[in-house]
Amino acid sequence: MSHPGGETSVEHAHPGAITYVKVAAILAILTITEVSVYYIPALMTIITPVLIVLSIAKFLLVVAFYMHLKFDSRLFTGIFAWGMFVAIAIVLAMIALYAY
Amino acid sequence: MSHANAAAAHADAHRTSTGLSHNKLLMWTFLASDCMFFGSLIMTYMVYRGRSVTGPYPDEIFNIPFTSVSAAVLLLSSLTMVLALAALQRGKVKVFRVWILATALLGTLFLGGQYYEFTEFSQHGLGLGTNLFGSSFFVLTGIHGTHVGLGIIWLLTLFALSFRGLVRQDNAEKVEIAGLYWHFVDIVWIVIFTFVYLLPY
Repeated sequence: MSHPGGETSVEHAHPGAITYVKVAAILAILTITEVSVYYIPALMTIITPVLIVLSIAKFLLVVAFYMHLKFDSRLFTGIFAWGMFVAIAIVLAMIALYAY
Repeated sequence: MSHANAAAAHADAHRTSTGLSHNKLLMWTFLASDCMFFGSLIMTYMVYRGRSVTGPYPDEIFNIPFTSVSAAVLLLSSLTMVLALAALQRGKVKVFRVWILATALLGTLFLGGQYYEFTEFSQHGLGLGTNLFGSSFFVLTGIHGTHVGLGIIWLLTLFALSFRGLVRQDNAEKVEIAGLYWHFVDIVWIVIFTFVYLLPY
């Protein structure tokens, strides 16, 4: 899509309802897996990485498809990623501060 | 180019001088700042959770099955929100109203669940000033709940405005921006559910 300013928009068409429902189904499966892992004693040794990976997967699915970052301008992704980077830096700094 | 067309082109060029919607740019910038805000709150909870010298402690009062249902309700509201936007973008205003109202109702159900949970915790002796766990937990989840509450007001406002013809296919970006906020509230809960409720300490 061209704009009067001469720039070309890099935003693409959003997906349809079927894609959104498929994403919701995957999110439901991931949530059920999370809760199941919580109740399986045999998985206690690996529960932390497994839960974090599942949480990241759900986070990315919502951001990519429901918030349309997969289809919108990369500038939006960059702005949001910067906020996330600072947030994670805060978390790591706090861990370093309190753990040692 | 006529004067009217030139004026319209100028207005459009101003609105999209980056080639992007400035309203969306502003919302994404706000969400980035909110990431830092919630990052600080979640980390504060994680640091303080295991340092309480008096109970009740998280393992004694958390009701994981109940919170799992709450998390599923909020996830489902993200689906209805994006379906509301998709309907409006196709010009189906009546379908949009159904989905946006469903989203607001699911959000209200989530808040009702949070109220129930807070009441239960209170009956178990956990208050804002009981211990470090209580303080950090109630501040974190309370601020998230406030975000949900503001989101519900926003969604209901869009629902009401649609009856006055102020929410239409050609200005669906209003709904998209509200949707960005709503989905952000959802992803924050995805993180809270894992790091506050499920992860062992």
